Amino acid sequence: MGLKDFFKTRQLKKAAKLQNGTANANGQDLKAQPPDELLCTLWTKCQGCNELLYTSELKKNLSVCKHCGFHHRLSAQERIDQLIDYGSFIEINENILPDDPLNFVDLKPYKNRLNEAQKTSGVKEAIITGLGSINNQLTAIGVMEFQYIGGSMGSVVGEKIVSLIENAIDKRLPLVLISSSGGARMHEGILSLMQMAKTAGALKKLHEAKLLYISILTEPTFGGVTASFAMLGDILIAEPHARIGFAGRRVIEETIRQKLPKDFQTAEYLLENGQIDLVVPRPNLKQHISDLIRLHSQNTKKSFSGNGIDKTMIDKILARI
Amino acid sequence: MKETKKDFIALDFEKPLIALSKQINELEQKTLQNGNKKVVNDLKNQYAKVKSQIYKDLSPLDRVKIARHPQRPYPLDYIQLISPTWHELHGDREGKDDGAIIGGLIEIEGQTIMAIGTQKGRNIKENQKRNFGMPSPEGYRKALRLFYHAEKFNFPILTFIDTPGAYPGLEAEAHNQSHAIAMNLRELAGLTVPVIAVITGEGGSGGALAIGVANRILMLENSVYSVISPEGCAAILWRTKDKVQEAANALKITAYDLYKLRIIDEIIPEVEGGAHYNPKETSEQLLIAVKKHLEELSRLSSNEIKKDRQEKFRNIGIFVNA
Ligand SMILES: [Zn+2]
Repeated sequence: MGLKDFFKTRQLKKAAKLQNGTANANGQDLKAQPPDELLCTLWTKCQGCNELLYTSELKKNLSVCKHCGFHHRLSAQERIDQLIDYGSFIEINENILPDDPLNFVDLKPYKNRLNEAQKTSGVKEAIITGLGSINNQLTAIGVMEFQYIGGSMGSVVGEKIVSLIENAIDKRLPLVLISSSGGARMHEGILSLMQMAKTAGALKKLHEAKLLYISILTEPTFGGVTASFAMLGDILIAEPHARIGFAGRRVIEETIRQKLPKDFQTAEYLLENGQIDLVVPRPNLKQHISDLIRLHSQNTKKSFSGNGIDKTMIDKILARI
Repeated sequence: MKETKKDFIALDFEKPLIALSKQINELEQKTLQNGNKKVVNDLKNQYAKVKSQIYKDLSPLDRVKIARHPQRPYPLDYIQLISPTWHELHGDREGKDDGAIIGGLIEIEGQTIMAIGTQKGRNIKENQKRNFGMPSPEGYRKALRLFYHAEKFNFPILTFIDTPGAYPGLEAEAHNQSHAIAMNLRELAGLTVPVIAVITGEGGSGGALAIGVANRILMLENSVYSVISPEGCAAILWRTKDKVQEAANALKITAYDLYKLRIIDEIIPEVEGGAHYNPKETSEQLLIAVKKHLEELSRLSSNEIKKDRQEKFRNIGIFVNA
């Protein structure tokens, strides 16, 4: 209890500093920082149960809380580190960068938003794409970065996904896309909307090439991303409790003028409604994807004489009946 | 043009015209008695000037208002104005016939065409059936069934788009709105028959695109097409719905903007003030444009038609390749 309160005040102080724009601005500030910094990086408050967790332990557990099972959001890079065999990832198209085709200005210019997003997220756009191995099986993989303008899809995200799909077709690789997005990026107007058709069109070609596409839906996946490539997987997997949908909860509540059930648009709700194949907890995700890729690559067998299923496995199943 | 035959609902920017026209009418009554025609003629000239000025300087938000005008012709009106026949086809074969999506067979110059559109209602009763032109997943699946039908019988597809967007409701989500839209986007990409889409009113985001992945995209002059409504955009990015004018400007949603961005292929002219002042003339312009593009596409082979559409969308996007 005492520790929690201490943590809270430190967090507030840190937030205040960030707001004043002085954090990390000069050496003096940094010198004043160590105790806070140390504490903040040492401990993380679980967003599910509010327990204080050792950050290093939490990371080791793939950012899943050991108390309540809450899946904390991952950066695209963390996701790649968790899924792709160590050292096997080769990024492609990292130099496809955003433009400002409409000279869009709302409360601030889109150009500034892009700069800020690049700084805060550490990536150049809202998706990382590349080739890498999942348990020794080469895969074309794309991971969205929610920290970058809410993982929104503009021209760059569309182009990188399409190029990745073309790579998969060209090299005959399975495709894995991991979504986390608020939808289309308004600042690129109609160009963003058209990325839905652009990515879906490329997936038509992948489909005709009879290649496997596994779509992983993570917290949160909405709007133009759900209504295009994210829902078009041959197999759809969601992480526990991830919120997935077309329209946002508030928009729906305003439209139908009634409260929505608590579990509405959760991964579990989607599973129950027949919209996805599986809800897979993060610790099992890599093995699941890997198994699915392996199973889909075994389709040219001509001889079926073999040893069959392991005998101890059969005994186990028989004992259960 | 006689504008008094029917009672037109005036939009806010048309109010000066209403006032002037009232003045003219009153004066005309008087001049019948005392015979001074000059004042009336002066006023009529002024009316003409004000009118052409108003319609020349329409802002994007003004066009939104015209696109949403309650008297604007809807897809079913255009269909019946351009085709001698209309054989409506109903249902998704899985439990529903969504009234917000209409589809059926029409004829243009002796060629059977599959016409599909989003349909708004004119009154409360009609809108119970049409859901204000906001399709449910079942509506998109009905459209998909009709796309496949057209593909099987080699009919070109002509879609009419006028929707605020796909319906954001509880059932729509439970029945997988996202998947229904996504499937249409993917399957339209694979068709080998020509597809022409005409935005006749509101092109509301993914709900419009789901029947809009076409070889040629045409827009009526006062229609709009956008990733999000100006109201929605203002609420999210400006955090107030008061900034709807700013959002409408920033989003680039008019036919002229989208032609400049090379998203659409042609702007179909409307009569001054909007299609509702003369639906017949606008439908004639629409037919001319559709026939022109059908003719061009008819010269392509099935594979070329598919490739043409795929490449069109493959190439959309503006970015820097460093
Ligand atoms: Zn927890």
